[in-house]
Amino acid sequence: MNYFGVKAILIHELDRFKRTLLQSLASPIITTSLYFIVFGTAIGSRIKEIDGINYGSYIVPGMIMLTILTQALSNASFAIYFQKFTSTIYEIHAAPLSSFEIIIGFVGAAAIKSVIIGLIIIITAGFFVDIEIQHPILMIFFLILTSITFSLFGFIVGLYADGFEGLQIIPILVITPLTFLGGSFYSITMLPEFWQKISLLNPVLYLISGFRYSFYEVSDVSLLTSIITIFTILISCILFISYTFIKGYKIKD
Amino acid sequence: MKNILEIYNVNKIYRNSVKALDNIELNIKEGEIFSLLGPNGAGKSTLINSICGIVNFNSGTIKINGYDNVKEYRKARQITGIVPQELYLESFETVWKNVNYSRGLFGKAKNYKYVEHLLKLLSLWDKKDSKIKELSGGMKRRVLIAKALSHQPKLLFLDEPTASIDVELRKETWDIVRKLNENGTTIVLTTHYIEEAEELSSRVAIINDGKIILVDETDKLIKKLGEKSIKIQLKNEEISLNENIQKKYNFEVHKNILTFKYNIKEDNINLTKMLNEIENNGYQIKDFVTEQSSLEEIFIKLIKEDKKP
Repeated sequence: MNYFGVKAILIHELDRFKRTLLQSLASPIITTSLYFIVFGTAIGSRIKEIDGINYGSYIVPGMIMLTILTQALSNASFAIYFQKFTSTIYEIHAAPLSSFEIIIGFVGAAAIKSVIIGLIIIITAGFFVDIEIQHPILMIFFLILTSITFSLFGFIVGLYADGFEGLQIIPILVITPLTFLGGSFYSITMLPEFWQKISLLNPVLYLISGFRYSFYEVSDVSLLTSIITIFTILISCILFISYTFIKGYKIKD
Repeated sequence: MKNILEIYNVNKIYRNSVKALDNIELNIKEGEIFSLLGPNGAGKSTLINSICGIVNFNSGTIKINGYDNVKEYRKARQITGIVPQELYLESFETVWKNVNYSRGLFGKAKNYKYVEHLLKLLSLWDKKDSKIKELSGGMKRRVLIAKALSHQPKLLFLDEPTASIDVELRKETWDIVRKLNENGTTIVLTTHYIEEAEELSSRVAIINDGKIILVDETDKLIKKLGEKSIKIQLKNEEISLNENIQKKYNFEVHKNILTFKYNIKEDNINLTKMLNEIENNGYQIKDFVTEQSSLEEIFIKLIKEDKKP
């Protein structure tokens, strides 16, 4: 194992995060505050409680999920695509690094950034509403696993992207709509039965639901189904990435 | 001297069906400066990128210091460094971070003393905290060399090290290459500047259309394939040359200068006899100079021969 190599990628990628610290931190703080103003104050005044939880508090796990899914995906896809775009990836290929080590470096850095941002949102939300975390270990488990899974997904997006536009398609056109429709700001029990059934096809619903359970012990679907879903997505990403590396497609000529 | 690089039957076909490498066989000796010479698109970069693991080749074997560069890629890559042709650098990082990052990638623990020594060697020490975007083109190229040397490789590849740079910087780069070689690094450089190969390398390979046409010592190559010419200036202003001498030596005549071309491989050339014959026929020799064909002329000749059906 090339520990120094993995560490070099990790530090190099986290340095980029540090260089853009203001925007990296300001963005989730401002976005969280805006969500609280719009959803918490405007809509929250009409919806007092969901499943016995104050609406403002209820939306916190969904908001965190929304941010970490998009951040993990964007950070990982940008990191690998940027190296391809600037051709500095030649050095990674020439180094004595296995595919596995390269993935650990890039995905690890993106996941660490996402976890940090997730924790910042929890702290920011704490200024607006009361937050209880009933199962902190489960919450950390979901936070870390979701960050890793979507960083892996982002790594795939970055490998396959042929332009900067390609990096934006999945977060904007897939992840954000699925997160909004996955019960970030509501419980699916509030929807008509037909739309409840449609919502069950949305994998992000299971992530949000499991994550919310770790906070308030309330969920739209069972905890086990949520855990199985996150592992299914993770394993799918690992299998896909392994296939890509074996074939060498989009990696080396 | 032992071979630090051995290449056996290496083939590479790109996805667009272009055969970039065609049965390449090549050995590089430890401690030498070797030039891979060829026109644009000949396969030079593909070959060194295949050796360094940047490009996957289709078949054949490449051994670096005895290690197979696919099966034992960790050991093989630990001792190789590559300086790419283009200035592939992260503009917003400092020189110091860039070089230390490269050292880490190649599995080496931090060694600030060595990196300091390297930056001083390459006259970059005073720029260590500068961002790459603030450097000149020449400095950026030296940063690339520093990155490639950061893990103390035994074998260094320089892909067109002086492409698109001015004469002064070219000489500076040559000095660096010589200095590195003196310090024990084996150097393989690709170039399409014959002057560069002639100036720096002890051996040269000529590659065209993915095939190695010839490998030889640079001097021997010039001797083996080089044409020489002797220009004889006569005292007589305008001359009409004796038909017998003209037929015998096939001189090119321009005003009072006779040009005789010959190949140094030919043993039957007797220049003393030729000069005597000229004088005996009533011509007085004022001066003469000899000229030898450059590697460039040899190169063009070989490429042309290779292209003949």
